[in-house]
Amino acid sequence: MAAYAPSHFTAVLLFATFASIVFGITQRSAPKAMFRYGVYCWVLFVFSVIAGSWVMYFIKH
Amino acid sequence: MATRVETTATNVTAKPALFSLALLAGWLVPGLGHVQAKRPIRGAILFVTITLMFVLGLLMQGKLYVADPGDLLEMLGFVGDLGTGLLYLAARFADLGHGAVQVATADYGTKFIVVAGLLNFIAAIDAHNLRIGRKL
Repeated sequence: MAAYAPSHFTAVLLFATFASIVFGITQRSAPKAMFRYGVYCWVLFVFSVIAGSWVMYFIKH
Repeated sequence: MATRVETTATNVTAKPALFSLALLAGWLVPGLGHVQAKRPIRGAILFVTITLMFVLGLLMQGKLYVADPGDLLEMLGFVGDLGTGLLYLAARFADLGHGAVQVATADYGTKFIVVAGLLNFIAAIDAHNLRIGRKL
């Protein structure tokens, strides 16, 4: 089976995208609200990872 | 002058069903529960999303957990993996998902597979709620 080895950040983006799509569809009823909630979750996922990464950077340095 | 109005009796205290076919279908095949609940577009999106997450997890050389009652973490992972329904069984049948500890992203792959299963649990319950009318 072919292997796929994304970078850590690509893995984060993929994870955030998949989880946000499912959250959007399952947690809201109207299509527009689904889209907005999905985008909201995606932004929270990605920016919390970036913020956490900077926290770890400053702890180390 | 009094008029008589006839109304149909409705059972407002009826409890929603605990189980529906949409729940089972949504668990076995991601998105099928939504198709059964007459939401085919949502079902198609969920199928593509959850299946792609599961397949990418395998391609990252993630590990498929197996039932091991002696190891609690292994069992928790197994329950998560089992959420993908037939995808999990197909991957096990194809002898995939042995994991690779020497690859850095393999651990991410393992998490992708588990989370795909957990997301499918959410999707199946959502399909059930749609089917019984709890959600519009």
